[in-house]
Amino acid sequence: MSLTKTENILEVKNLRTSFFTDEGEVKAVDGVDFSIEKGKTIGIVGESGSGKSITSLSILRLLQEPVGKVVGGEIIFKGENLLNKSKKEMMNIRGNNISMIFQEPMTSLNPTLTCGEQIAESVRIHQKLNKRDAWVKAVEMLKLVGIPSPEKRAKQYPFELSGGMRQRVMIAIALACNPELLIADEPTTALDVTIQAQILELIKKLQEELGTSLMMITHDLGVVAEMCDKVAVMYCGKVVEYADVKTIFTNPKHPYTIGLLNSVPRHDQDYEGDLSVIKGSVPSPFNLPKGCRFAPRCPHARAICHEELPTLETAEDGDQVRCWIHTDKWDKQEEVAVGNE
Amino acid sequence: MFLYILRRLFQTIPVMLGVTLAVFLMMHLIPGDPAQIMAGENADEAQVQQMRENLGLNDPLHEQYIRYVVNAVQGDLGTSIRTKRDVATEIFTDRFWITVQLATLGTALSVLIGLIAGIISATRKYTFADVSIMIVALFGLSMPNFWLGIMLIYFFSVNLGWVPVAGWGTWQHVILPVVTLGTGGAAIIARMTRSSMLEVINQDYIRTAYAKGVSDKLVIYKHALRNALIPVVTVVGLQFGGLLGGAIVTETVFAINGLGRLIIDSIKSHDFPMVQGTILVCAVLFVLVNFLVDITYRLINKRIDLN
Repeated sequence: MSLTKTENILEVKNLRTSFFTDEGEVKAVDGVDFSIEKGKTIGIVGESGSGKSITSLSILRLLQEPVGKVVGGEIIFKGENLLNKSKKEMMNIRGNNISMIFQEPMTSLNPTLTCGEQIAESVRIHQKLNKRDAWVKAVEMLKLVGIPSPEKRAKQYPFELSGGMRQRVMIAIALACNPELLIADEPTTALDVTIQAQILELIKKLQEELGTSLMMITHDLGVVAEMCDKVAVMYCGKVVEYADVKTIFTNPKHPYTIGLLNSVPRHDQDYEGDLSVIKGSVPSPFNLPKGCRFAPRCPHARAICHEELPTLETAEDGDQVRCWIHTDKWDKQEEVAVGNE
Repeated sequence: MFLYILRRLFQTIPVMLGVTLAVFLMMHLIPGDPAQIMAGENADEAQVQQMRENLGLNDPLHEQYIRYVVNAVQGDLGTSIRTKRDVATEIFTDRFWITVQLATLGTALSVLIGLIAGIISATRKYTFADVSIMIVALFGLSMPNFWLGIMLIYFFSVNLGWVPVAGWGTWQHVILPVVTLGTGGAAIIARMTRSSMLEVINQDYIRTAYAKGVSDKLVIYKHALRNALIPVVTVVGLQFGGLLGGAIVTETVFAINGLGRLIIDSIKSHDFPMVQGTILVCAVLFVLVNFLVDITYRLINKRIDLN
């Protein structure tokens, strides 16, 4: 496998993932594009149900088929499309080249196996180490993720550890084989605030040490600001804005991104009333709006927004936005709208 | 673990006392005078009185009970009225071991078939294999033992002549009774394993295992099965305990002289010491099996705290 010219470790192109339920097809991910440069971090941001977790599960092909299925697009990892890989090839990639940390440390570890066994398992599979060497490696990993008295902890079962400790064990499992890409699916959501900071710092530190690329899935903009180089904002299965982290925070363009940023409380502002919120709620996946999916909640929406879905356009500063406001059609719209009055 | 086993053994003491009390009181709850029944219909009053004296029935109840327990602990379960032999000797010479063999083999067969069928069903949910297994399991559950036993004898012994019709002695004798005993259990275990596996397969840690690059086979047998086994072990324990004391129908159909048949024969001939002894042995076995089940839980899932 060789890297492409731009040194992108992962390129997701027009990814479409659907769930086939009794009530019909749910397009959970509907044409998503983004890429991750080697050693860099991308943040995937969005509300619950925006398709961010499904995107990550699609990359590792961990969807429960046939209910959930990638129906189109490409996932290029180090120049090769993961969607063309056989089951066995995927097994070699999972945990070895691409690893994942899940949201729920309390339930993501097997209760009947010791922490050491669970780390050693992945080392044994991918690095073909014998039992004893794999155990040594497991203890080493526990030490690396900052767990005190790792020899003792390795022999313990997950229920004997706190949530933060368990998430460290998850990180140890994920990084045991030194993967090129780490996908962290809301790794701190289930943890206490103080522990959250520790876990984020740990991920960041290990990422720098090991040179791992990181895909950070979160709904927490604070985490994005702290960790990411680039950000993809998702809404209803589509990327609505894709830019580097600085642009997202200083010059957001999509009304949804602006709404998200405005709803974050800031310590340098006084709030006399309530925090600003995005009105309405995410539309049902069975009944998505015909035009822009954010149109029913958008304060700027006009006729065209309800009629036609905008494409992802690149703005002058390189920021990619999926919004009619940033297109030529918008001005004409205004005229039409004015003319109608 | 050792401490736990010790503690758990102590906990069985009150259960055992309860069992002995129930068995002991049986003697006094049956209608009529036990001494009269034991002495026989033609005995005169002096003989009955003598029997009452021999049995210690004139002593206060608690003294009788204590004597009964002390004797039982020393292995003295009384003398059979029917055979005039020592009850413990009668039970433990042959019959106990025959029943233990039957129950063990029957349970082993049901675990083997039930687990395999349940795993196939769960991993191939809603396929032809799954539906077929579940339909066969439903049949297995619904067939009464006596009918299944007779049908097996009819086809495999009478028509095909592959195995003996009844009796005990060679390995050929073992096949049909074990199949009869194991079928119901296999059906329950298959259904239990299926539902338990399906629940476990959707757990987060199974997804974690797949995300590590673990193969399907290892995910099923190492990660899922172990977690799915707890309810299955409960059923297996109950099944085994039940078979140890309750293979009555099967033993009767196949004319096997095990504990089940001994209970029936003894009840029919009003052989109370023998009935008491057999029931006591069965009850103790049941308690022991449950004790083993608890230890197995702990071995499967360390989280099960045994305090």
